[in-house]
Amino acid sequence: MSVVNTYNRIDQVFEEKEESILSVYYTAGFPALNDTVRIAEYLEKAGADFIEIGMPFSDPLADGPTIQDSSTQALHNGMSLKLLFEQLRDVRQSVSLPMILMGYMNPVMQFGVENFCQHCQQVGVDALILPDLPMQEYLNEYKELFESYGLYNIFLITPQTSEARIRLIDEHSHGFIYMVSSASITGAKSNITEEQLAYFDRIRAMKLKNPTLIGFGISNYETFSHACSYANGAIIGSAFIKVLQESNDLEKSITQFITSVKGADHR
Amino acid sequence: MAAVTELQKTFYHVDENGYYGKFGGAYIPEMLYPNVEELKENYLKIMYSPDFQQEFHKLLKDYVGRPTPLYLASRLSEKFGASIYLKREDLCHTGAHKVNNTIGQVLLARRLNKKRIIAETGAGQHGVATATICALMGMPCKVFMGAVDMQRQKPNVERMRILGAEVIPANSGSKTLKDATNEALRHWINNPVDSHYVIGSVVGPHPYPDMVARFQAVVSAEIRQQLKEETGTEKPDYVVACVGGGSNAAGAYYHFLEDTEVKLIAVEAAGMGVHSGKSAATTALGKIGIIHSSKTLLMQTDDGQITEPHSISAGLDYPGIGPLHAHLYDTGRGTFYSITDDEAMEAGILLSRMEGIIPAIESAHAIAVLHQMELKSDDVVVVSLSGRGDKDLETYIRWGKY
Ligand SMILES: Cc1ncc(COP(=O)(O)O)c(C=O)c1O
Repeated sequence: MSVVNTYNRIDQVFEEKEESILSVYYTAGFPALNDTVRIAEYLEKAGADFIEIGMPFSDPLADGPTIQDSSTQALHNGMSLKLLFEQLRDVRQSVSLPMILMGYMNPVMQFGVENFCQHCQQVGVDALILPDLPMQEYLNEYKELFESYGLYNIFLITPQTSEARIRLIDEHSHGFIYMVSSASITGAKSNITEEQLAYFDRIRAMKLKNPTLIGFGISNYETFSHACSYANGAIIGSAFIKVLQESNDLEKSITQFITSVKGADHR
Repeated sequence: MAAVTELQKTFYHVDENGYYGKFGGAYIPEMLYPNVEELKENYLKIMYSPDFQQEFHKLLKDYVGRPTPLYLASRLSEKFGASIYLKREDLCHTGAHKVNNTIGQVLLARRLNKKRIIAETGAGQHGVATATICALMGMPCKVFMGAVDMQRQKPNVERMRILGAEVIPANSGSKTLKDATNEALRHWINNPVDSHYVIGSVVGPHPYPDMVARFQAVVSAEIRQQLKEETGTEKPDYVVACVGGGSNAAGAYYHFLEDTEVKLIAVEAAGMGVHSGKSAATTALGKIGIIHSSKTLLMQTDDGQITEPHSISAGLDYPGIGPLHAHLYDTGRGTFYSITDDEAMEAGILLSRMEGIIPAIESAHAIAVLHQMELKSDDVVVVSLSGRGDKDLETYIRWGKY
């Protein structure tokens, strides 16, 4: 019996398209409390492939200043997990892209991990990225639970991750593997270094069973297309948050940004 | 039967997975995995190698001035109607117990071929201790400190700078100790290969709580020996210590953990009162959760957002406690009290007037709890006097009631 019993939208996307996957991260409840759903709708219309929604946390260890500031703002706006699930209640009527929730363990624990999984399934979440949930802890405590609610747990790898550990992560992954492009917290950096390229090459040569997406430091067409030549796609976070922050017309700004990142305006 | 004894022996120590009962672990992002794993694989091996032990203890003796005295405070004893001994960590070089851990970790970092040292600091005490040892070892040192704390603790900021450390303001979140810790961890994520992060208390991911406790354990090793010489018995009735993250307490308790007849008294900062909304009394106000990669008790909202604590002493102004202490609380092995800002300040003055010792305000919390304990005349009480009051002069002056 396969434990993963629901059809996951992430797999569906990869079945249709294996390259240049664009996953976009933004923080729930930011810039305004009730922007969460409409940003997802605009992203879908603009041509993003995955939607990654950040659950704001007071102490986001793995995030850089841009994302932390957006979390602080969202919390200030009154964002909470409970409210997020209310906002997402009908999201599947207007958004069909894979939806990934990203956040930290403490708020999830206080919500109740099973309760959280149940809510995720109800609103149509496909996967979770919980950077402070280590693999061993996941395997021991949460794997069965997540799988019983059809949720993929997305693992991160870094340039420092050993080959043996990458193999292990690949074995336990579903959906995709999140390649942190440098040993780095989130935050838009302008270019990709030689060292990072060597790392991308090394991972590509490993021929993992799961697709890989490169995250952290992707900000524009150049970095996105460069990353896409090494992996199945890439994840944009901080650069998109900046767009949201500076926008006075979300729909227009999002469409423009996604179009330019995908290079549609370069042709 | 043997198995039970073995279990009892290790019940208050970290298990192979890094837990004290249900507390502890290493909830680290993958980016920190190689560093923390490297530390986990090596810390015990290095710490207990003969050359490390020799270098560590020589520095503790010649540089820090150990053993620190165990001082029978006779006027205080008379006042409280029991034998009160003060373990004089305030006499350590740099003015607090923090340096015991700092020396240990920097020596360890060198043996791991690390070239740079990172630390966080709240009051500045751990930052100063780290900057001091880095100066001694000729290693570059970056200390992260909340922007708010830098304002509150200016002399320590300058002490660190004089010692050659770079003090980096943490401007995220509430700009205090928890944010400085986040920033230090982030810096470590970004510089994983040649840096070691010296955590200042028994907090953070495994193996830090255990490692720091072992470095501080010299305190209780000395207490046992000194008390034996003084009284003929190694075990006091009570060991009392303040708990911010819990490193001075862990050090003072360490060699008594299995001696259940020795009562362990932990003193938290109640701030302006446990229910005033301005408190740092973690066991009274906290719930189990994850802070700085450790599963422990912490102060948080119902949604799991970590809240900002308050204490007049910056060193106790932390929204969590180390997992060992959460376990001591949970199992009843430790008894937890809380002391308000005012009670602590008054106890600081009391100790100054009765014994001629101006304590750090953190340590004054441990003195203040003597009022709340029901002591008998033959009780032997050891109080961890974790630091001296020099750094707190401005706070004493601002408080003013002396
Ligand atoms: C003198 C003194 N005592 C106690 C503490 C609290 O830390 P811990 O609970 O780790 O001993 C500090 C922290 O800065 C301190 O400086």
